[in-house]
Amino acid sequence: MATETLSLPDRAAAVAPLRQKLGRDDWIMRGAVVALGLWLIVTVLLPLWALLSKSFQTSDGSFVGFANFQAYFANPALAYSIWHSVWVSLLSTVICVLLAFVYAYGLTRSCMPARGLFRIIAQIPILAPSLLPAISLVYLFGNQGLVKWMLLGASIYGPIGIVMGEVFWTFPHALIIITTALAISDARLYEAAQALRASPSRTFWTVTLPGARYGLISAIFVVFTLVITDFGVPKVIGGRFNVLATDIYKQVVGQQNFQMGAVVGLILLLPAVLAFAVDQVMQRRQMALLTARAVPYAPKPDATIDRAMLAICSLIAFAILVILGVSFFASIATFWPYNLTPSFKNFDFDMMDGGGWRSYLNSLVMAGLTALFGTAVIFAGAYLVEKTPRFRTVRGFVQFLALLPLAVPGLVLGLGYIFFFNNPANPLRFIYGTMAILVVCTISHFYSVSHLTAVTALKQVDREFETVSASLRVPFWRTFMRVTLPVCLPAVLDIAMYLFVNAMTTVSAVVFIYAPHTTLAAIAVLNMDDAGDVAPAAAMAMVVFATSALTRAIYMLLTRGYLARAQMWRKR
Amino acid sequence: MNLCTTSGLQRALVSLAVAMFGLGTAARAADLTVYTALEADQIKPYKAAFEKANPGINILWVRDSTGIITAKLLAEKANPKADVVMGLAATSLMLLQKEGMLMPYAPAGLDKIDAKMRDPAASPDWVGMDVWASALCVNTVESSKKNLPEPTSWADLTKPVYQGQVAMPNPASSGTGFLMVSAWLQLFGWDEGWKYMDELHKNIAAYTHSGSKPCRQAGAGEYAIGLSFEYRANKTKKDGAPISIALPKEGLGWDMEAIGIMKATKEPEAAKKLADWAATPEANKLYAENYAIVALPGIASPMEFVQGDINKMLIKNDFAWAAENRDKILAEWSKRYDGKSEPKK
Repeated sequence: MATETLSLPDRAAAVAPLRQKLGRDDWIMRGAVVALGLWLIVTVLLPLWALLSKSFQTSDGSFVGFANFQAYFANPALAYSIWHSVWVSLLSTVICVLLAFVYAYGLTRSCMPARGLFRIIAQIPILAPSLLPAISLVYLFGNQGLVKWMLLGASIYGPIGIVMGEVFWTFPHALIIITTALAISDARLYEAAQALRASPSRTFWTVTLPGARYGLISAIFVVFTLVITDFGVPKVIGGRFNVLATDIYKQVVGQQNFQMGAVVGLILLLPAVLAFAVDQVMQRRQMALLTARAVPYAPKPDATIDRAMLAICSLIAFAILVILGVSFFASIATFWPYNLTPSFKNFDFDMMDGGGWRSYLNSLVMAGLTALFGTAVIFAGAYLVEKTPRFRTVRGFVQFLALLPLAVPGLVLGLGYIFFFNNPANPLRFIYGTMAILVVCTISHFYSVSHLTAVTALKQVDREFETVSASLRVPFWRTFMRVTLPVCLPAVLDIAMYLFVNAMTTVSAVVFIYAPHTTLAAIAVLNMDDAGDVAPAAAMAMVVFATSALTRAIYMLLTRGYLARAQMWRKR
Repeated sequence: MNLCTTSGLQRALVSLAVAMFGLGTAARAADLTVYTALEADQIKPYKAAFEKANPGINILWVRDSTGIITAKLLAEKANPKADVVMGLAATSLMLLQKEGMLMPYAPAGLDKIDAKMRDPAASPDWVGMDVWASALCVNTVESSKKNLPEPTSWADLTKPVYQGQVAMPNPASSGTGFLMVSAWLQLFGWDEGWKYMDELHKNIAAYTHSGSKPCRQAGAGEYAIGLSFEYRANKTKKDGAPISIALPKEGLGWDMEAIGIMKATKEPEAAKKLADWAATPEANKLYAENYAIVALPGIASPMEFVQGDINKMLIKNDFAWAAENRDKILAEWSKRYDGKSEPKK
């Protein structure tokens, strides 16, 4: 402790002499930070502002105060949706986080076999649109369901289906966070517990669980936000059970009532913003948890625990594979459930709603452009925010803008885009209805997580590089290209991969802004299901899944060799 | 560096800009934005035939359910994006007519069109294409499994034996749903009509977004009976679904699919060409592949799997009444049956 406080003045002294006149590099970097700030204002802040102001207007644009909100709450039916959304999200969150915790425990704290395989299987849900589990659940538990008897007469259409679908879809998100939290535990605590002769269960409750608590809380909020704002699952399997996310869609797409859509959007924004704020506070505390002296925990073989973990994880992995498999079999059956001869009839998308194979090509182009431009903007942006000297206020504001999308549900962002970019007074209106707006919207939608990944990677690069380069009068961009970028390559590729997969599977934001010639594959799934072409919808969902999975596999094969060489310096 | 020669990179950037902003599509050909509620499997041949007959004009479809296309057109009233509305319910086109959004135009060959199937004005705001009528899709496998009698009338559907076995389109989004509700109200009268729907509601398992879905679901056995329309019924049976197609004996609800030109169109010449084409025998032959009754007399051909004379079974339909009361009917329907009136069981 004492050495810590003592060293502080030294550091301040070390920084002070750097205070010098702003050089060319500083001006360029500051200009770039400001440009990034403007970009985020246009693509995130102003659309949200447009949404907010719309909720206080009538359809012809005159100000009406809270009249729209009053109209919303006066309708008991709509107010029901709030309650529905809340309890379904809570239940899904509890189940999902519990399952993810057990699974993560198996992966990090046991010596059960095939952990690598379990890790891969758990990532499956991320690679498919959220509509896929819902469609599979209909095939499994619907009136013609393969295992309908398991529901004991209850209907899958409604809360049961929604909860099951959401748990499947959010499972990998919770798992990633909890696995990370469990992986960084300090082995010394366990040694101490052992030395004090604490029983295994006592150790679990007093060491393991508190150690992972920030991860758990974080997972709870992430899952809750994902569920309450997802609309793919309730749309397909919700039946007559209305939730906020389907209401907003019905108001906007079904009745073209944009003002009411804006009201529901703002209501939907509340829990997400709350979750985001709490999570930010928690994250800050988490920083202090792991000290430099911590010893990583390595699990020891324990036949009982390992066997139990293997059993539970197998069960969960099996459920994931079944849900994926059902969609696959439904998509290649000629006429489910009466004619199960395999055929590719359901892949004849051109005769269905949703835009046909063109939608799939559009999705590929959209995902490719999003990965390309998104990675460039986000990584360069994170670099500027991290490495621009001083300029605190502006950097702080830009950092805030970069994290803001995390709290904005896709549906809300997409709706904001209609209001902002389709406004006749907006000079940027020409991008409305083009591929460009889909790319811009998707980059904004997934900005925050990518930004955080980049920042984390950049923090690992010692500031000395910049200091040394500056003193050698090497322009910053050369340092960036020669040192920073190569060193951070794994993170850069991760971001590109993350953006690509999400752009392939996303429905929520883009569903409001696609145009007749820019239909997307995941939206085609939705439209085909709406028209009753459920098997083709499953087929398209499988095509999306296969694309994401294949891209990921290629990426892993290509990078394994390259990264191993390029990142050799990290190892000793 | 020589900036005058286009480098590969520059060319790539230009093509990228074209791809992203759709700059290239503005070339010579006229793009006609056509709002439609036609089925997705019908619009391909229509587009191909029209574009073949009118080179240089390119149809861009915006397709959705009747209710959504209608709402979209009304919402965009101040700044319309559609050039032509083709294959939308006549009751919806009459709403647009009332709002003064349509351009009167007498297509070539108008005199040959069945007088009942067009706006009576000399330069009509809209011209009918074909008639689509309600039909029941009954899954034979599930019916025999559950011992359900085959329904032959609307009244049959309220029998307790069908509880939870029936799917029906939501009239707010689906034109097929609306023409059924409108038919019941005209057949049974306003009060009796709602009483009938109250009874029917007890048997309904799901209200769907589109008019096709109930028949598709009946075909897949998800529900035993789907209230749908004859084209989808015929098609579903052709696809191999184990269904029988029933036409309720009280009479069939029906509506016309029609075409109208938007007053605000920036491509009036191309739009008129499409309206002309829609009234040709060639176009009507294409409609006749899908529907039993089309606007040009003498072209109709019977549907492969639909038994009975649809023409004789259509109710006497007062379109003006249906169009005028559309909002009122939908509001009443939503109040009564839209899942939102929740925990009443």
